[in-house]
Amino acid sequence: MLQVTENLMADNLIEIKNLAFSYGTRPILNNVNMAMSRGKVIAVMGGSGSGKTTLLRLIGGEIKPSAGYVKVSDQIVHHLSRDELFKLRRKMGMLFQFGALFTDISVFDNVAFQIREHTNLPESMIRDLVLMKLQAVGLRGACHLMPAELSGGMARRVALARSIALDPMLVMYDEPFTGLDPISLSVIGNLIRRLTDALGMISIVVTHDVQESLKIVDYVYFLADGVIAAQGTPQEVKSSVAPFVHQFVHGEEDGPVPFHYPAQPYQKDLALESFVA
Amino acid sequence: MRNRIVVSIQAIGNRTIDSIWRLGAASRFFVWVLLKSTTSFLRFGLVVREIYFVGVLSLIIILVSGLFVGMVLGLQGYETLQKYGSESAVGTLVALSLVRELGPVMAALLFASRAGSAITAEIGLMKATNQLAAMGMMAVDPIARVVAPRFWAGVISMPLLAAMFSVMGVFGGYLVAVVFIGVDNGSFWSQMQNAVDFRYDIVNGVIKSCFFGVAVTAIAVFEGFDAPPTAEGVSGATTRTVVTSSLVILGLDFVLTSFMFRGVS
Repeated sequence: MLQVTENLMADNLIEIKNLAFSYGTRPILNNVNMAMSRGKVIAVMGGSGSGKTTLLRLIGGEIKPSAGYVKVSDQIVHHLSRDELFKLRRKMGMLFQFGALFTDISVFDNVAFQIREHTNLPESMIRDLVLMKLQAVGLRGACHLMPAELSGGMARRVALARSIALDPMLVMYDEPFTGLDPISLSVIGNLIRRLTDALGMISIVVTHDVQESLKIVDYVYFLADGVIAAQGTPQEVKSSVAPFVHQFVHGEEDGPVPFHYPAQPYQKDLALESFVA
Repeated sequence: MRNRIVVSIQAIGNRTIDSIWRLGAASRFFVWVLLKSTTSFLRFGLVVREIYFVGVLSLIIILVSGLFVGMVLGLQGYETLQKYGSESAVGTLVALSLVRELGPVMAALLFASRAGSAITAEIGLMKATNQLAAMGMMAVDPIARVVAPRFWAGVISMPLLAAMFSVMGVFGGYLVAVVFIGVDNGSFWSQMQNAVDFRYDIVNGVIKSCFFGVAVTAIAVFEGFDAPPTAEGVSGATTRTVVTSSLVILGLDFVLTSFMFRGVS
């Protein structure tokens, strides 16, 4: 396993210690330890069902861990009262996997939603802020459209603009690159990088897009079966010879990560055992 | 054989526990909605917007149904009353039937089918598409921002819709009895005016419709919020809203009527 770099441990805004979570009796995460400091883009990668989205939900306080804790700004998230949690969430942004835009209001109102709810800014200033955020994701011209009129990629870009509306200290992106064309993908990747640098925030990117994310991230965690299977900087990841990392980065079928869901032998399912014998 | 009996008893026990648990969850949710209603009153525009969707957009079905129910009452009432030579009392029959029973009950049943199902489906879909979770992650309480305004919009709209239903029903009865059949106009209205008591008939009808409004919208918002986040989950919740609301309306109507019953004199 690759080692955590020393400078990443300093000035930790997020600390995850011995984190475990299970849905009923089904364990999802087990003994996960992470440290994330300001100004860093952190990627969390892993196969489907490896617990990536659950990890984001635990950081956001949507669900409570069965063991361990997530500490954000020196506050243990699952110990906070509802009001304290909402206060903390004002400093967080989250991009959901499918955008989760409010379908009954326009693109403009979606981005303005959080600003209107939490500030008393005049409408003229809100308009300027919203247009700036939409300009950053290339959709200023689409501000009057309704979410139903957007493509999947556009909806995700609007959701990204909405998640950064209040310039949070932490933004969690759940699959931000899915459904984007190559141009949007590159622009959005760079936007995440530039925002993180400019605002000194933390970006946690849950993604399957290895090549694009390795261009912009500072550190990568690989999750497999609910545990951290590997971690390191993009350079360390690219040069890693660890079978898991190598298979994941190069998208190989053979390796420690099985492609098939556990099942009985294929021949048995097709009743071909006698022929094989 | 013994095993099957044990399994059956277990299944009944599980269903009973599940139902009681759900009733408890619904009660807790209802209290939570009431506690989180401050936003709805401080930002009344949110409630007004929902009144448009659940109230104003339900007007057509309420008005048309009220008209037809009143017309049928006029026809049936006239046919029965004329046998006793008291066809001029048809106005009384139409008005009392509507303001005491049919207005609140029919309007509530229509409201549950039209607005209650829409509220459940909307909240259920918002949950299924992570809109409620997104709102929560933006530090905006979905119960205060989404559920409570819809609840109060329903509570406010229901008595108004029931009143509109009764007014249209009386007009329908008038059309059939006076305009089409030819019952005396003066006796139609004067007998109605004499027989209908404001406090006992109209106020009681309004009280009933307020109870129905609370019951229907509470069921609708709970079913939507509690719906499993899948297509089947939302469709099942919508069906449950209509079925449960209808049964609750009819049961509640009997309970309320028995409280309002003045006894045999």
